[in-house]
Amino acid sequence: MLNSLREPESEAVHLGFQEQYVSAFKWMLLARTVEDKIGALWRAGKVAGGCYLGRGQEAISVAVGIMLKPGDTFGPLIRDQAGRLAFGEPLFDILRTYLGKKTGPTKGRDGNVHRGRPRERIYPMISHLGALVSVVAGALMARRMQGDTNFVGATSIGDGGTSTGSFHEGFNMAAVERLPLVLTVTNNQYAYSTPNERQFACHDLVDRAIGYGVEGYSMDGTDLKECLEVAAHAVRRARSGFGPQMIVASCVRLSGHAEHDDGSYMEKTLLESPIGRDCIKVAHSFLVEQGWADESTVQEWRLNAKMDVEDVLQRVQREPAPVPEEEDWNAFSSHLIDPDLSA
Amino acid sequence: MSVTYLEAIRAAQAKALRENPNVYIYGQDVATYGGAFKSTKNLAKDFPGRVLDSPISEDAMVGSAIGASLEGMRPIVEMQFADFSANGFNQIVNHAGGYFYRTGVSCPITIRMPSGGNPGSGPFHSQCLESVYAHFPGLIIMTPATVEDAYTLLLEAIAIDDPVLFFEHKFLYNRVKAEKLPEHFSFSAGKARIHRPGRDLTVVSYGVTLYDSLAAAAELEKEGISIEVVDLRTVKPIDTETILHSVANTGHLLCISEGWPWGGVTAEVVARVASKGFHLLDSPPERMNSRDTPVPYHPDLWLAHKPSIGAIAKKIREMLDW
Ligand SMILES: Cc1ncc(C[n+]2csc(CCOP(=O)(O)OP(=O)(O)O)c2C)c(N)n1
Ligand SMILES: [Mg+2]
Repeated sequence: MLNSLREPESEAVHLGFQEQYVSAFKWMLLARTVEDKIGALWRAGKVAGGCYLGRGQEAISVAVGIMLKPGDTFGPLIRDQAGRLAFGEPLFDILRTYLGKKTGPTKGRDGNVHRGRPRERIYPMISHLGALVSVVAGALMARRMQGDTNFVGATSIGDGGTSTGSFHEGFNMAAVERLPLVLTVTNNQYAYSTPNERQFACHDLVDRAIGYGVEGYSMDGTDLKECLEVAAHAVRRARSGFGPQMIVASCVRLSGHAEHDDGSYMEKTLLESPIGRDCIKVAHSFLVEQGWADESTVQEWRLNAKMDVEDVLQRVQREPAPVPEEEDWNAFSSHLIDPDLSA
Repeated sequence: MSVTYLEAIRAAQAKALRENPNVYIYGQDVATYGGAFKSTKNLAKDFPGRVLDSPISEDAMVGSAIGASLEGMRPIVEMQFADFSANGFNQIVNHAGGYFYRTGVSCPITIRMPSGGNPGSGPFHSQCLESVYAHFPGLIIMTPATVEDAYTLLLEAIAIDDPVLFFEHKFLYNRVKAEKLPEHFSFSAGKARIHRPGRDLTVVSYGVTLYDSLAAAAELEKEGISIEVVDLRTVKPIDTETILHSVANTGHLLCISEGWPWGGVTAEVVARVASKGFHLLDSPPERMNSRDTPVPYHPDLWLAHKPSIGAIAKKIREMLDW
């Protein structure tokens, strides 16, 4: 069910698709497992601050993450655990960050989803929605100026985040510059408690692709097959010089906005609609139907994911918290600047 | 029966909505959901069509409020967190702040800014931005610390013809309580208050650090040191007179804020006292702020980032030993 502005060439199940599908599915299981664990830790009072999970959005997230190659740039957002893993973010990072460990990528200075590895081109988000779009665009511009070829950047946003000025400025700029940017809008029907009809007035957010002058695709974000096909196509188009690609994936957030929110305001009927399906269940059935895996294999993968998470968690829990007395309270990187002069 | 700081904010909005048909509330998740902190709980139900969910568009939220105010409305804009007002900065400082001076027409909007740190809130849900906005002409900056002030100052903010930024401290939402809300009150925006009288040293503060100052004062009282604590209430306009009065009695000034150290409210207070009350001082005027880094996520780092009760008491002892 590919409803794109410019139809991609048909993506028959190609050679290697099965392997890709299976590997994407395993990342989804790992993402779900680690996030379930984080949720449990949060409920047990072991996580400070908010807890934002990507339940129900693993398929679209992993599809983009898995299409990226080392050297590409990824600017994940709130609900991109699966894509992060597929792109290469170690399982350690999420656990260390949520648990505020000194060993983590932010050393306890920032938490939860605000993590990344800029040197490895995984950009850490700031909370302010839309802010990453222009940053990824700028990175792509720089690489073009430096003569690099064959790279893409991907970033994501929610239905709500598309209402920011930052989003518009960043995406328009990427379009003007014809940058190899793959932008995924994951429309999970809500921004916190705010439903689509209080967020935008177009029929489908993909309609905006026309306005920006970019190629756009609208699709079912709960179907891993479709997600992989569209992401493969969009990443390939971006890589080959066709400019920014806008993927709009529809699904339903399968939890509250964050763990403190029960999402009781959500329309109950949504969960019975096709996009209300759990993408992991959909992919599971598909695997079995295709004969690519049987129940016991899937069960084994689930167990492996659990064991991986438990193993990393055990280790991370023993790691040290940051020590205030040892903290380097310095917001400047330059060794030429005396930090005392600033304060 | 008791009322929390958060309930006071809700009650003030309900009263304003009830008494003035031109008041409306616009912000993310403020309607059915009642706001991220529940400060507009039930208001959408009680005042149909006047409490509206906005898109995630801070620039347009403020811009639209400016336009509506020019047509006679009294908009209340809720930022989900003060930190996100950065996305509405241009409209706030350049459009709203300058309106009256440029045109002779005022722009009576109220922007509610849930501010300040909580354990685990991290760099983007913790900021204290009052000093940033106070720097710009034309904006009234309120920083209530008590339940009564949360209530009365918010009502005043809505009544005032100028744009008001109302910095409500999230840490205080459910932690401070009062017996009941004031029924009668006189207009007091711009006036500081002696929250705790004393004779040995003046601490000037506002918002959450008022309570840290009071706790330090209580600790020092056991040592026979008597601290006067002044609550600024509004940081712009700033009540220099009350501060100077207090310093005249004590001879020492310490100003405390959770904001960053470069410039800002504490620097302003120290500068005013140094220039207008130099002869009143028995020791150099001092100030305490959070550290000059983003607000850290880890609760231990967060605690060490801002002035602690112990550090305040220590500073005061040093000043009095000067
Ligand atoms: C500029 C800005 N304003 C407000 C917020 C507070 N906020 C955080 S997440 C969120 C809802 C986001 O919804 P959406 O973009 O649809 O993403 P989803 O949470 O559904 O994945 C809001 C309002 C923010 N992060 N940034
Ligand atoms: Mg959403």
